[in-house]
Amino acid sequence: MSEGRLRKLIVGDAQADRVVPPSGFTAQLTLFVSGAMAFLAVFALALSLASGRLANRWADELARAATLRINAPAEQRVAQTEAALTILQQTPGVASARALSTEEQIALLAPWFGSALPIDSLPVPQLIEVIEGDPGYDGTGLRLRLQAEVPGAVLDDHTRWRAPLVDAANALRRLGAVSILLIAGATAAMITLAANAALAANAQVIEVLRLVGALDSYIAHAFIRRFTLRALGGSAVGVALGMAGVWLMPAASNEGGFLTGLGFQGWAWLLPLLIPVLGALVAFVATSRAAKKRLGDLT
Amino acid sequence: MIELENVGYNYGGGELLSQVSVKLAPGSFHFLTGPSGSGKTTLMKLCYGALSPTSGRVRAMNMDVQGLDRDQMAHLRRRVGVVHQDCRFLDHLPVIENIALPLIVAGKDLSQEEANLRELLNWVGLSQRADAMPPELSGGERQRAALARSVILSPDVIIADEPTGNVDWEMSQRLLQLLVELNRMGKTILVATHDMALIRAAKKQVQARVLRISSKQLQQAGADL
Repeated sequence: MSEGRLRKLIVGDAQADRVVPPSGFTAQLTLFVSGAMAFLAVFALALSLASGRLANRWADELARAATLRINAPAEQRVAQTEAALTILQQTPGVASARALSTEEQIALLAPWFGSALPIDSLPVPQLIEVIEGDPGYDGTGLRLRLQAEVPGAVLDDHTRWRAPLVDAANALRRLGAVSILLIAGATAAMITLAANAALAANAQVIEVLRLVGALDSYIAHAFIRRFTLRALGGSAVGVALGMAGVWLMPAASNEGGFLTGLGFQGWAWLLPLLIPVLGALVAFVATSRAAKKRLGDLT
Repeated sequence: MIELENVGYNYGGGELLSQVSVKLAPGSFHFLTGPSGSGKTTLMKLCYGALSPTSGRVRAMNMDVQGLDRDQMAHLRRRVGVVHQDCRFLDHLPVIENIALPLIVAGKDLSQEEANLRELLNWVGLSQRADAMPPELSGGERQRAALARSVILSPDVIIADEPTGNVDWEMSQRLLQLLVELNRMGKTILVATHDMALIRAAKKQVQARVLRISSKQLQQAGADL
C-alpha cells in the first residue's frame, strides 16, 4: 500500500465517507465484538506468557540441580557423606557438590515442623546438593557406583516430578497461543459477516456508484476504512480494559505461586499494544476480501 | 463514438436482439423507439457496457467494450453520461450531492466545481431544490436532476432511457430542449422513447435520426413520421 493510500485510509475523505450511508447498528456491533475479542486476547496472552515463564523456570532451575540423600545410621553418616562427596567430585558432568549444613536442613524442615526442631536428636538424612555441569553426568552410572560404595545414598534428580509440571506449563502456553489464534479467526469471521451485511444492505448504493463511474477500489475503500477504524477503536478499548484487569491482579509472590504470576513482566507489557494493530489488520483483510468478492459479482 | 457491429443479445430465454449494427457519429442526435419490451433498454445498456453482447462487437470511444477490465469500464462510464429510466439516486444525499456524485467518485475537489455546479442547477431549473432529498422530487424534477448528473463530467455522449416516461407534455418539452441544447454544444445524443410527438417536436429543431427496434432487428425509420 502506498503512503498516499495509507494516509487516505487513516485521515479519510469526507466526501467519500458520505457516499455510503451511515450504518449505526452494525457499527456498534463491530465495535463491541472487536473490543470483547481484544479483551479476551489480553488474558490469553497473559496466560500464555505466564505459563511460558513458569515452564522455563521449572525446567531451568530444576534440571540443573539434583539431591543426594544419605540414609545411614548416625555413626556412619559422616563417613558416607565424605565418600559420596568424593565420588561426586570425581564424576564428570558434576559442576559442584556440597553437603547441606545443619542450619540449612533445619530451614528446609521448618515449614513442616517449626524452627524449634531438635534436628540433632532425629535421624534426619544428610542432603547433598548436586549442581549439574554442561554436558551433564550419566545418572545411571553414578547410581551404580554410589550403590556399590555408599549403600545409604539415594540420588534424586527431580525428573520424576519435574517433567509433568513442565509438560503442564508448556501445554498451558500452547493453549494460550491457540486461544489467541482462535480469537483472531473469530474476529475475522465476525467482521467478514458484518462487512458482508453492510455490503448487501448497500447493494443499491454500490450499483449507483458503479453506474456513475466509481472504481472498485473507491467503493471498497469506503467500507474497508469504516471497518478497519471500528476494529482499531474497539480493540483499543478492549485491550485497555484487559490490561487494567491484569494490572489489578495481585503481584507475583512465592506464596501465590502460579496464579499470582499471571500477568506481564517488563517489556511484555508492550505486547498487548500489538492487539489493536493486529485487530485492525484482520479487519482490513477481512473487509477487503468481502468487498472484492461482492464487487466482482456486479457489472 | 459508439459503434455496434452485428450485435446480438440473449437473456437466456431466446434472442432479444440479433444482428444489430449501428454507428453513433460524433454530434449526432438519435432517437431509439420500439414497442415496450422490444429491447430499447437492453440496447442502451449494451452501449454503455452495463451488458455484454452475446454475439458481435461493441466499440465505444474507439475501445472494444468487451475487452475492458473493471477499472477501464468505470473510466468509460465517466465519458458516457447516462440518464437511467428510474434515475438511480442515492436517497440519503441531497439533490446537489447526487448531481455532483460523478465528480465525487472521480476524486475531484468539489469546492473548485462549485460555480459549475450552481450553473448546471440553474440550467436544469433546480436551484431552489438543491438541498431537497431525491424522494421529495417530482417526476420531472427527478429527470432533470438525472440529466444534470449525466452531464456533470461533460461527457461526449449522453444516453437517456425514456427521460420523458412519466412527466407531462410541458415537462417533456423542457427536457427535450435541454437535450437539444446539449446536441448543439456538440454532444452525441441517444434517447429512447416511444413518444412520437416528442420525436416530431425534436425534428423541428435538430437533425434527428430515428432507429426502430422491430422483431429483434434495428431499422432506420423513414425520414418523416
